[in-house]
Amino acid sequence: MAKMHFTNEHEWIRVDGDIGTVGITDYAQEQLGDVVFVELPEVGAQLEQGGEAGVVESVKAASEVYAPVTGEVVEVNEDLADAPDKVNGAAQTDGWFFKIKLSDPTQLDPMMDAAAYAKYVESLQ
Amino acid sequence: MMDRAMMDREGTFTGNRGLEKEEPLIFEQGSPGKTAVDLPEPPASKNRLGGLERRAPIGLPGLSEPEVVRHYLRLSQKNYGIDTGFYPLGSCTMKHNPRINEKVARLPGLGDLHPLQPVSTVQGALELIDTCAHWLKVLTGMPAVTMNPAAGAHGELVGLMTIRAALEDRGDARKRVLVPESAHGTNPATAAMCGYAVQSIPADDRGRVDLAILRERLDSDVAAVMVTNPNTCGLFENDVQEIAKATHEAGAFFYCDGANFNALVGRVRPGDLGIDCMHLNLHKTFSTPHGGGGPGSGPVVLSEALAPYAPVPYVVHGPDGATLVEKPDDSDGKPFGRIKGFHGQFGMFVRALSYMMSLGSDGLRDVSGDAVLSANYILARLQDTFRVPFPAPCMHEVLFSDRTLKGTGVTTLDMAKALLDEGFHPMTVYFPLVVNGAMLVEPTETESKESIDSFVDTMKHLAERAAAGDVKFFHDSPYLTPRRRLDETTAARNPILRWHPPSLDHAAE
Repeated sequence: MAKMHFTNEHEWIRVDGDIGTVGITDYAQEQLGDVVFVELPEVGAQLEQGGEAGVVESVKAASEVYAPVTGEVVEVNEDLADAPDKVNGAAQTDGWFFKIKLSDPTQLDPMMDAAAYAKYVESLQ
Repeated sequence: MMDRAMMDREGTFTGNRGLEKEEPLIFEQGSPGKTAVDLPEPPASKNRLGGLERRAPIGLPGLSEPEVVRHYLRLSQKNYGIDTGFYPLGSCTMKHNPRINEKVARLPGLGDLHPLQPVSTVQGALELIDTCAHWLKVLTGMPAVTMNPAAGAHGELVGLMTIRAALEDRGDARKRVLVPESAHGTNPATAAMCGYAVQSIPADDRGRVDLAILRERLDSDVAAVMVTNPNTCGLFENDVQEIAKATHEAGAFFYCDGANFNALVGRVRPGDLGIDCMHLNLHKTFSTPHGGGGPGSGPVVLSEALAPYAPVPYVVHGPDGATLVEKPDDSDGKPFGRIKGFHGQFGMFVRALSYMMSLGSDGLRDVSGDAVLSANYILARLQDTFRVPFPAPCMHEVLFSDRTLKGTGVTTLDMAKALLDEGFHPMTVYFPLVVNGAMLVEPTETESKESIDSFVDTMKHLAERAAAGDVKFFHDSPYLTPRRRLDETTAARNPILRWHPPSLDHAAE
């Protein structure tokens, strides 16, 4: 399985070839509580690294989801419209948000791996 | 003989709890044809609807006058407001509405006016609008104000529309608005509504705007910076003058969200801080009712640079007394248009002016002093029980995180639900987002030490109970409210937004 990269904003990205699958981390869904709505980018949208890519809304809060890398959205997870609870149940697998065609794969280099992200989360507690 | 425990278990035959009634919807009551007033049948007339007339009954409930009175009174008894008890809802400023304001607002010369009366017959009302505007300018140290906006968020919109008009007038339309994380959530919404791209500025480890990042992101494409001061962590933005300077150097305007002006009134003048534009919530700082008790009101104070673009109408003085400039073409400036019917929330101007004049400048200074003192008293008494994420002192509201609840199985939401049983409206929870499990407490200046102490003691008691591992107690609370724990998730995922009358469903078949 391809390696996952993590951001400070609690997104993950898993890259296969030049396509990255993006979602929010298990820690993020736990902090949000029951997710009730997910707003996804449109297919074809050009996203900038760090720019707004969508919104995830829970019973507690609405939070922005940021693009971890620059690129073009090639697919979104349509299932989340009817089943936003997938984000709670499977944040880092079936609860993915969108797929993006990377413009610059070197943007992945400074990101955290799973171990570094786990340490980062621990530092927030 | 039944004891209390049996009563709690079995409930009552009617579903009522003593004299607290279980009240059905008004549409579930009454019977068709019953009415509180008898009106004669309308005389026969020619039908001109061309076949478009209604064919089925519209399903209005039929009730007598006493039934209607009881229905709404019973609903009102389920309401919890500032007149009922302590209401420490952070960032909402639920403080006492002095009754003298209400007395003045009901004077026939003010209460019985119609907005379409000839101007010559409402000179006193126009004078009142102008006097209220005058004191708002004095208290904020700003040269101009528009009294039109209907509430705070509307004030923000008017503020940004004024800024946009000023920028476009100088041929310098810009694309972005910078909003720190520590700002109110309405700020980015306002900027987006005005067609701007919103860029977020993170908070630093002091809970304040990260000045370095703000400077980095300020460029010639930024229309405005929107800062809430005191911010939504209840902290004063110490760098506000540097923020103003940097903003102006980039050619942008500095918008301040003045919703928390109740922490500053009589002590700090935003005009001295370099602010170009700020809305005031009369229903917060100036004690007019809100939260279902009355409309808000959000006048916006403006700098010299923005004043010409303020919307119509506004009061001016001429040889024949006060009059209103109602049309942009009649203005000396360049108003961007009109944003509110008539003259703004006139009834709120009456109450706000009554508040300012009854307290005077010394009294208003005490308002902010006591609001800040109350919040810091709670901070001092609870800082060993809950974690205070940013160094003290705070301003008018105090922020705690859920750090000390970690590992107990009890959450911020559980604390809020348990508070309901203890007779308190909970504080704001899970906002702001910059800390985990936020609890934002705003006691206001009108709460007595006794009621604040009672709240603090209750919070300490609940924290001890959580630490002792009484998780089931918390998860099952509240026990004593008309409804128990609500299923918020299902309500949000599958909301039922409309009640369908069974009789009409039947009729449609």
